[in-house]
Amino acid sequence: MAGRRVLILLAHPVFERSRVNRRLFEAVRDLDRVTVHDLYEVYPTLAIDVRREQRLLVEHDVVVFQHPFYWYSVPSILKEWQDLVLEHGWAYGAGGTRLCGKISFHAISTGAPASAYRRDGYNRFTVRELLVPCEQTAHLCGMRFLAPFVVHAALRLGSADELAPHQAAYRRVIEAVRDGRLDLDRAAAAANLNDELEALLAPREVA
Amino acid sequence: MTDDVLLQAFVYLCAGVVFVPVAKRIGLGAVLGYLLAGVTIGPWGLGLVGTEGHEVMHFAELGIVMMLFLVGLELRPALLWGLRRPILGLGGLQVGTTALALAAAALVLGLGWKPSLAVGLILATSSTAIVLSSLAERSLLETRGGRASFSVLLFQDVSVIPILAVFPLLAATPEAAAGGGGGRSAWLSALLLFGAVAIVVLAGRFVVRPVFRFLARVRLRESFTAFALLLVVGIALLMQQVGLSPALGTFLAGVVLADSEYRHELQGDVEPFKGLLLGLFFISVGAQVDFGRIVDAPATIAGIVAGTMALKVGVLYALGAGFGLDRPARWLFALALPQIGEFAFVLVSFAERSRVFGAEIASPLVAAVAISMLLTPLLFVALERWVLPAVTEVEPEREADEIPVSDAPVVIAGHGRFGQIVGRILRANRIATTVLDLDPEIVDALGRIGIKVHYGDASRLELLHAAGCERARLFVLAIDEPAEAVEIARQVRTHFPHVPIVARARDRVHYRELRRVGVTEVHRELFAASYEAGIAALRALGYRAHTAHRLARRWRDHEERDLHELMELWGTDRDTFFARSRLAIEEAERLMSEADAGLRGERDAGWDNETLRDDATPDAAARGGAEPAG
Repeated sequence: MAGRRVLILLAHPVFERSRVNRRLFEAVRDLDRVTVHDLYEVYPTLAIDVRREQRLLVEHDVVVFQHPFYWYSVPSILKEWQDLVLEHGWAYGAGGTRLCGKISFHAISTGAPASAYRRDGYNRFTVRELLVPCEQTAHLCGMRFLAPFVVHAALRLGSADELAPHQAAYRRVIEAVRDGRLDLDRAAAAANLNDELEALLAPREVA
Repeated sequence: MTDDVLLQAFVYLCAGVVFVPVAKRIGLGAVLGYLLAGVTIGPWGLGLVGTEGHEVMHFAELGIVMMLFLVGLELRPALLWGLRRPILGLGGLQVGTTALALAAAALVLGLGWKPSLAVGLILATSSTAIVLSSLAERSLLETRGGRASFSVLLFQDVSVIPILAVFPLLAATPEAAAGGGGGRSAWLSALLLFGAVAIVVLAGRFVVRPVFRFLARVRLRESFTAFALLLVVGIALLMQQVGLSPALGTFLAGVVLADSEYRHELQGDVEPFKGLLLGLFFISVGAQVDFGRIVDAPATIAGIVAGTMALKVGVLYALGAGFGLDRPARWLFALALPQIGEFAFVLVSFAERSRVFGAEIASPLVAAVAISMLLTPLLFVALERWVLPAVTEVEPEREADEIPVSDAPVVIAGHGRFGQIVGRILRANRIATTVLDLDPEIVDALGRIGIKVHYGDASRLELLHAAGCERARLFVLAIDEPAEAVEIARQVRTHFPHVPIVARARDRVHYRELRRVGVTEVHRELFAASYEAGIAALRALGYRAHTAHRLARRWRDHEERDLHELMELWGTDRDTFFARSRLAIEEAERLMSEADAGLRGERDAGWDNETLRDDATPDAAARGGAEPAG
């Protein structure tokens, strides 16, 4: 199936001081059939317009949560968004089928390097493991949850040169999922979307 | 004004001031206090007032007229229509049954059938003045029993007219029949009667409102009060001319004006006069109890009083049961109405003039009427102390019935640009509001779009009462005149300490003054809008929305802390105050100028990754690096 519409929900409270997220954002904002939705800018007081958010979800096939990995989780506005927008009877539960069949994944920047997210690392769990609450949320809403796109050690990435490969990779992932060129089964099973990106890209997606 | 009038006024006022608070204090109620005051200064007490008591009483009847006007103001036509069953059914049956039973008793005692019927009709009426004031004094008017009593009283007031018409026909000798009729033909009388009622209704609808609006625009409080009194007196006069009860006429006018936006102002204007005149009326009733007659024939008079009241209690209780009142309501109904009313004085003298019966019947009747009125407050005390507690079951659902139907829970004073927003937010959430405003244009405009507003000056205590401040859960003080706002805040704090206030302040100085008189929720009128504009300014300069909000919020917290600190010093000592103010400004400037702290540069450390940068190496991480990331 080709021609998906992609919704990127960006959540960064101090976006103006961000390094990674701002660059990732710039890499995809001009893409066709991709809507970028800057939550902290639209809802500066965290008062979320639930109907508007639900309308946006209905209008898209892929939902990307792009954010820094604060305390192994999402920034507060995204939690608020989950709490309010994913209503019972709308997103899950009896009659809650509006998100069924959609695809979702997270695009995350972490402070620590990849080596910290291992059994023997100081964060002790993998990013994939730490995202379990989000994965289950997507599952309960009938959404297909893919591995995260992760930029590690964001604090040590300073220059444009260092970030350029990440920008390119992010743009390729978004384009691929939009155009149906991402192997969804393998993408769902992977640890992340970055490491084996070439392998995940199929010339023609097998649905 | 002669010395005599002044002396009289002095005596009456003294009696009222001394007896009423004492009677209220020991739980007997104000009405009994007035009556006892009357007995004390009357010919059989200290003898301070004599025969002129009759004239005083006649004058004081205006108090009853005013009371019914006020009762009418409380009753919107729809509500009155809803009471048609108790008025016609309960009232009609009470008057009919009681009159016939008492007439039969009189017949048995050896009177002719004509005088018997007249006596029955006279004794069937109850005292609107005493019962309504006693019920209102105890907040029982809005209970089921209170409403039933009110319905019966209303019917009795109406029935006085046909009774007056019937009396000449009951005269012992035919030629006396013309005595009371005034010589008009029945047709003309009926025509005049309907004409008068039509005048009252039409004038209430189409003349009174424009006049009020005009007077409101002129902003002359005295002329407003004068017009309110003129209205009452004028209607009373008109009704007297066509032979209708003045009380009934003003009641009708009250009902017509109950829907008007000037209702609360009218209540506030008439209320004090009503209170005084009614008190005067009760005093003169007390002063007129003729103890000479009682001493002459104690058994006869005691018999009339006891028999009449017992019979009335029985009839009322049975009717209450028949009309489905619960036990407390039934007892209230039965024990509120058994006295013989003030109309009896009028009816007895009219019957005597029409030669229905002679002085030998009239004299004991007048004494019995007065005594039964004296007994009524005592019955109310008994009802309240012993009967109601005994018959009221402790059952929450039933009690809910007895709680007065409360008016709007929020009173808003001032419905301009400020109060309007507050009111709209409340009404959008289905919270009813009572709005008071002094601007006739606003009152008019809001009335047109269907919002309940009342013309009135919220600094008047009577108006605050009339607007239902006792029952209110919130008072919104949104008028734009600073000094007056402080005065109103003080009034509300003093007289309705249980009602919280949300107030509008013009500036910092006004803010402090309102806080000083005890208002805790004070909002500077331009603050919120300026604050929002400040955020918009930051955004226009390129700040992200969330950041602009946080920066503004931080500034606001600082500003408010400052305001409160300075408030503590306000009014203590000007030098300290200004010294501290200077310090605050310096402090703010210092915060702004410092490179990395202060209002502008303050960081949200939790989101800050600068300090983490050095930490974010694998070996530093072993020491326990935290997570936040860019």
